[in-house]
Amino acid sequence: MTVTHSGQRRTPKAAKTSSVFKKVVMAVSGIILVLYLVAHMVGNLKLFAGAETFNGYSEWIRRIGEPAVPGQTVLWIIRLVLLVAVAAHIWAAISLWRQAKRARPQQYVARKQVAQSYASRTMRWGGVILGLFIVYHILDLTLGVANPAGHDATPYDRAIAGFSNPFVTLVYVVALLALGFHLRHGVWSATQTLGQSNKTRERTVNAFATVFAVVLTAGFLIPPLSVLVGIIE
Amino acid sequence: MALELFTVGAPIADTKAPMDVPIGERWSERRFRAKLVNPANRRKLTVIVVGTGLAGGAAAATLGEAGYKVKSFWYQDSPRRAHSVAAQGGINAAKNYRNDGDSVHRLFYDTVKGGDFRARENNVHRLAEVSAAIIDQCVAQGVPFAREYGGLLDNRSFGGTQVSRTFYARGQTGQQLLYGAYQALERQMAAGSVEQFARTEMLDLIVVDGKARGIVARNLITGEISTHFADAVVLATGGYSNVFYLSTNAKGSNATAIWRAHKRGALFANPCYTQIHPTCIPVHGEYQSKLTLMSESLRNDGRVWVPKERGDTRDPREIPEDERDYYLERIYPSFGNLVPRDIASRQAKNVCDEGRGVGPNGLGVYLDFAEATERLGRPAIEAKYGNLFDMYAQITGEDPYEVPMRIYPAVHYTMGGLWVDYDLQSTIPGLFVIGEANFSDHGANRLGASALMQGLADGYFVLPNTINDYLAAGPFEKVDPQHPAAVEALEGVRAQSERLLSINGTRTTASFHRELGRLMFDLCGMERSEESLRKALDRIPEIRQEFWTNVKVPGELGRFNQSLEHAGRVADFIELAELMCVDALHRNESCGGHFRAESQTPEGEALRDDENYAYVAAWEWTPEGAPPVLHKEALEFEYVHLAQRSYK
Amino acid sequence: MNLKLRVWRQRSAAEKGKMVTYQVADVSPDMSFLEMLDVLNEQLILDGEDPVSFDHDCREGICGSCGVMINGRAHGNGLFDSHPQTATCQLHMRSFKDGDTIDVEPWRATAFPLIKDLAVDRSALDRIIQAGGYISAPTGTAPEAHSILVAKKDSDAAFDAATCIGCGACVAACPNASSMLFTSSKVVHLGLMPQGQPERDDRVVNMIHQQDLEGFGGCTNIGECSASCPKGISMENISRLNHDLLGALRAGARPKS
Repeated sequence: MTVTHSGQRRTPKAAKTSSVFKKVVMAVSGIILVLYLVAHMVGNLKLFAGAETFNGYSEWIRRIGEPAVPGQTVLWIIRLVLLVAVAAHIWAAISLWRQAKRARPQQYVARKQVAQSYASRTMRWGGVILGLFIVYHILDLTLGVANPAGHDATPYDRAIAGFSNPFVTLVYVVALLALGFHLRHGVWSATQTLGQSNKTRERTVNAFATVFAVVLTAGFLIPPLSVLVGIIE
Repeated sequence: MALELFTVGAPIADTKAPMDVPIGERWSERRFRAKLVNPANRRKLTVIVVGTGLAGGAAAATLGEAGYKVKSFWYQDSPRRAHSVAAQGGINAAKNYRNDGDSVHRLFYDTVKGGDFRARENNVHRLAEVSAAIIDQCVAQGVPFAREYGGLLDNRSFGGTQVSRTFYARGQTGQQLLYGAYQALERQMAAGSVEQFARTEMLDLIVVDGKARGIVARNLITGEISTHFADAVVLATGGYSNVFYLSTNAKGSNATAIWRAHKRGALFANPCYTQIHPTCIPVHGEYQSKLTLMSESLRNDGRVWVPKERGDTRDPREIPEDERDYYLERIYPSFGNLVPRDIASRQAKNVCDEGRGVGPNGLGVYLDFAEATERLGRPAIEAKYGNLFDMYAQITGEDPYEVPMRIYPAVHYTMGGLWVDYDLQSTIPGLFVIGEANFSDHGANRLGASALMQGLADGYFVLPNTINDYLAAGPFEKVDPQHPAAVEALEGVRAQSERLLSINGTRTTASFHRELGRLMFDLCGMERSEESLRKALDRIPEIRQEFWTNVKVPGELGRFNQSLEHAGRVADFIELAELMCVDALHRNESCGGHFRAESQTPEGEALRDDENYAYVAAWEWTPEGAPPVLHKEALEFEYVHLAQRSYK
Repeated sequence: MNLKLRVWRQRSAAEKGKMVTYQVADVSPDMSFLEMLDVLNEQLILDGEDPVSFDHDCREGICGSCGVMINGRAHGNGLFDSHPQTATCQLHMRSFKDGDTIDVEPWRATAFPLIKDLAVDRSALDRIIQAGGYISAPTGTAPEAHSILVAKKDSDAAFDAATCIGCGACVAACPNASSMLFTSSKVVHLGLMPQGQPERDDRVVNMIHQQDLEGFGGCTNIGECSASCPKGISMENISRLNHDLLGALRAGARPKS
């Protein structure tokens, strides 16, 4: 006689990939993306230095590594790494999301959260918003197909043309705020997942996550808003 | 003397302890003389262990490691829930780490004396001998005992002793020791040597050709009743304090396993020896479901008092020093607040009987930390007792840092239990009884921090050595599930359950349980007299009669049915209560937790009668109508001289 | 006090359940939450109805048997500022007000199949322990206790982790139904003790593997577990577990099956 009702138990056939492994993939890919974002934000601030500098910077990115390697090689390597990181990040997220759904198919009638922050609650839908935004952002400023100034304009002109439109800027503001929240929980969570947090560090890690999220978000928000209000023309 | 209540049968004696060698050599001599089972044969031998507390968990894990096929049963959802988990204070061991004069002999001496000379010397000495190995074992399992800055284990002194031999893990020693045993048990389950039967309650013992060969158990989830067979059965099902309804035991703690074994022929020893713990949170209402103990360690720093005047209802903080009666310090100047449990409890009852009790119903005394807080500072008090103070505040809504605690005695532990010999074997061959379920080591009163010691001693070190001697004759002939004894037991359990469900009366099981409990606490509690016990013995059969005609048990047999579980347990408590009263009535002396009003010194202290009562009372069950039969095991004291206990 | 209870009733896992409303009158503020359910049950029995099943045993907050969702919180922890985190049996009715409506639900998780009403099967947690939550120390083999010193701070930290009572509130409260806090408490308890070192890598790898097999969700470091834990087990343990796990995997430890 057994007393665990194996018939009632819905156990996944095999946990091929451990949930912690998925979390590590999430954390490591997140860190790669965060490092890229830091560089991206610093580059964006060059809008304040004028069209020539900004366009020159944009051109330099395409020529990194020359003449040792043909033009755009490094750029494409970076793009490839980012693509893999984004894909891994999304895979881990979807996989954990599905695991959570399987782990509690029947929801509570009454539910109250106390520890969960807005940031942690919005990780999944915030992530979806960011994913959609990245697609739009690439069409807008990288490829230029969704940009009012068009594909043939200089990067500087595309930025000015886009952000002069309040609706475009609004989309960016919303997405960047979502990014801020995503980072707030993401930085803390990655520290936990990689086993680098402890009781004494916990407060510092949390404070750092907040400051980092605010600084990065602010850094990204300043150029578009400056264009909108006419500080950059 | 009440001869119509019982008859006297042949004396009984332990024959296993080798009496031809000195006491210090008996345990090793017994192990040497006991037959062994070779490792290859152990695989062919099955042992049923009922209960997963300190004794049962440790025994099942150890027997599994040794290579026996073990079947482990417990009524809770996990072995980790067994009520050993709730023990707070600590575990004694004769390590003498404090260099304060402790030794195996002193632990032995303290335990025999603390038990008021009603325990068997051989068993107690063995307990003291193996105590040190228990600590080694638990440390090796990773039990996080309290330590000092140098990394060594910390010790404290604990109720009724003058040496520091108590090891502890904050106020959760039982929990941590149990998890050690539980983890060892889970390890054996993973290894396949222990088969698990969670939420499965033993409801009868199967005795075939005079030997214990299996149990009848009910799967509490599906309601299925089935038989399980083995070469030996070990009961580790704890004590029977819940006869009193309100006790510090868990709600599910019950006597059914030992009571059914008793009805199958195992003698029940000293049922009237119950321990009433002095430091519990007082009763606050009719609906109350249990009492909460607060570790006795509180008496190390707290001072117990009541107002000198009756009916003084002032706020305790406004009662001046000279109007307070620190009665334990007054009556027992040398032990003061640290007198043994039975004495502290009875004195609390005495002052309440005088009308000097405090709290809403006058059943409480103060336990005051004001002086200790002044002497040691609040941080030191918080560090030592913080969790206990928090618990008190949660339950009562009062802040013990500000207002003195109110405490009152509550039933906590039962020293009585199934009679066992030196091998822990009952009078039914093949039925072993360990831990609180047996009667063996504490006499008429248990010292603080000795229950955990006994549970683990029995489970880890004693039973796994002694059971071999019995099993060496096995494997025994396989029991056919259709054997008349098995069928009769199975059908008996089914019939009783169906009968309970069919009565459909007008009272709940809980109302009967409450009535029985109050009766027992009032008439067979801290103080017993011929009058009170006769009153109880008149009333209990009436309660039993009404229970079996008027109880209302809802639900079905073949489903998860907590009402049915409770009803079956209460039915057994009612029967056991009667035997407790008979035992209490026949023992016309005061000893340890058993205080007979007729037997006291002029100062009101317990007065033992060694001439007439220096024996273990082992009771034999007789079928319906016939009085129980008393078998006496004479107690001889070779090494500790019989003396009246004095803590003055 | 008079209270309105909405209790999840479900006769078995195979049958459908629903919230059923009951009125409970004359509730004393000194009652524990479970004593209040006792009163309800006695009334139901006398009325010829099926009493509410719920697990409970010690009723002093240490055995881990009891546990229900109270107004959407595991054990009711987090509903009342003044009330410390405890098990359901240590929540007293003085925390509620006359006329309150209280929702009572079972732990909900795939890994905790429902038995009846508020009682669920938490044996998945035992199987996680079976996968490695122990130190292999066969009886009788232990060296003298003082032969191994343990720094007090390690011993104290191990104790803090070891106070976990295995009630399952962390799983019930977690938006992902993850048992990470439970598992980490045992990994950290044993991992901090010198005796726990030889099996440390295998322990963490196997326990996590079993946790996934049982159908628990993954941890996303939200913290509802710790905020619901009757013993206040810290999130720090989860980080420590992750640290151990990554180290173990790097060292080549792999799950047994």
